[in-house]
Amino acid sequence: MAEMKFEEALKKLEKIVGDLEDGNLPLDESLEKYEEGIRLSNMCAKKLEVAKKKVEILLKSSDGSVELKPFDEKAAEEAKPHEAKKKRSKDEAELL
Amino acid sequence: MGAIFKEEMNEQKEKHVYTVSELTKYIRVILEDSFPGIWIEGEISNFVLHSSGHMYFSMRDANAVLKCAMFKRSNEKLKFKLKDGMKVICFGSISVYDARGDYQLIVEEIEPKGIGALQLQFQQLKERLYKEGLFNEDHKVPIPFLPTRIGIVTSPTGAAIRDILNIARRRFSNVEIIINPVKVQGEGAKEEIASAIKQFNELKNIDVMIVTRGGGSLEDLWSFNEEVVARAIYESDIPVISAVGHEIDYTISDFVADFRAPTPSAAAELVIPRKEELVNLIGTAVTRLNNALTGKIGMLAQRLTTLKESYILRQPLNIITQYEQKIDDLRKDIAIRIDHLVKMRSENFNLLISKLEALSPLGILKRGYSITTKVPEGMIIKDSGLLKKGDRVETKLGKGKFTSRVEEIE
Repeated sequence: MAEMKFEEALKKLEKIVGDLEDGNLPLDESLEKYEEGIRLSNMCAKKLEVAKKKVEILLKSSDGSVELKPFDEKAAEEAKPHEAKKKRSKDEAELL
Repeated sequence: MGAIFKEEMNEQKEKHVYTVSELTKYIRVILEDSFPGIWIEGEISNFVLHSSGHMYFSMRDANAVLKCAMFKRSNEKLKFKLKDGMKVICFGSISVYDARGDYQLIVEEIEPKGIGALQLQFQQLKERLYKEGLFNEDHKVPIPFLPTRIGIVTSPTGAAIRDILNIARRRFSNVEIIINPVKVQGEGAKEEIASAIKQFNELKNIDVMIVTRGGGSLEDLWSFNEEVVARAIYESDIPVISAVGHEIDYTISDFVADFRAPTPSAAAELVIPRKEELVNLIGTAVTRLNNALTGKIGMLAQRLTTLKESYILRQPLNIITQYEQKIDDLRKDIAIRIDHLVKMRSENFNLLISKLEALSPLGILKRGYSITTKVPEGMIIKDSGLLKKGDRVETKLGKGKFTSRVEEIE
């Protein structure tokens, strides 16, 4: 069985909640739907935790191969030309 | 009359006689010196693009026409197409084409009048791609609701990526992002952007892509109006969100993309849902499920109780109880009667027994009477006449018996 997508699961869950709240279902069905509802909510909660906290940058080497490296925002900032100049002149000032 | 002619002939002897080439050359020099570099406006007509790559056309206004030539080396960098009827402003110099005796404008630069060259290029490309169907709605795919990994084609040092990461941190702490770094303006940018989009499609390691850069001038944003970028976006199987510049900036990538966000931040908000919201949604759903089920069971239990307590259901028990009671009563009754009957019978019996006893010859015997029987016949003698002297008789007394001989009969 293909895994359901989060949005699909959430929609199904909302429908089940609606059906149960209408209160017109026979008891057996109510219990079945309740079980499915709980199962779906667990699935959704799990899906929210699937992704890891990761920001990466794609680096291409001259031979065409590709590498993923963690993205360091601060380092990227300092790599900017005008930032580098500022730093250099600061260093120069200190030397004097 | 002759005198005037003579005067003219004499004057003629002092004037220089030009050859055609000489005069033409002189005219050329005068014109080239007078108009070495001018701006001139007019409307294009008779436009011809030669196979050589050179362009020939005329510029005209209401009263005059000027022949123009724009050679390949000048027109190659033209980003828009020249058409008859287009109003333009040209920069060039006047020259003379000796062989034909034509003066012409050698055009070095040309701009559409009333609208920038870039803008015209934008319009022409937009129209062309639109006609090709690159902006068709049915080609666009929906953005996934909860993407596992998000790819971003942008400058690693720009404001766009900073904004996006800030929003990601706030909304969904555990989101996975891959940045494909590119130049977002200048030489080579359009190729880098297109190739980054293609690369993500080859790697297939993301579920949604944001192509983005921060605000800037039309020139700054220009790479996102290039055909190669538009086609890369169109061909992407991964859904693409285009977020270029500020709210008011529209680029061709915006039209081709599956979705346009007015800014990089808006793109992040579009793609990254608020985790807290979703967690709450799920929690609320569970609470509602529990309440609904508890409610339902409670309601059914209530119905059951009500039914149980209803008179109609109690009735059968009642009836049974009544019958049970009756049975008990009847049992008692029977017992009493049997008792009675038994008592009566036994009384009767006793009575009979005593009567019997009373009537019993044995009883009589007890009272002193005796039974005499003839020996050996054994018949009871009730009449003395049946006896004669000497008969043997047995006499049974109340207690015991004896045998005797008859002595005397009366």
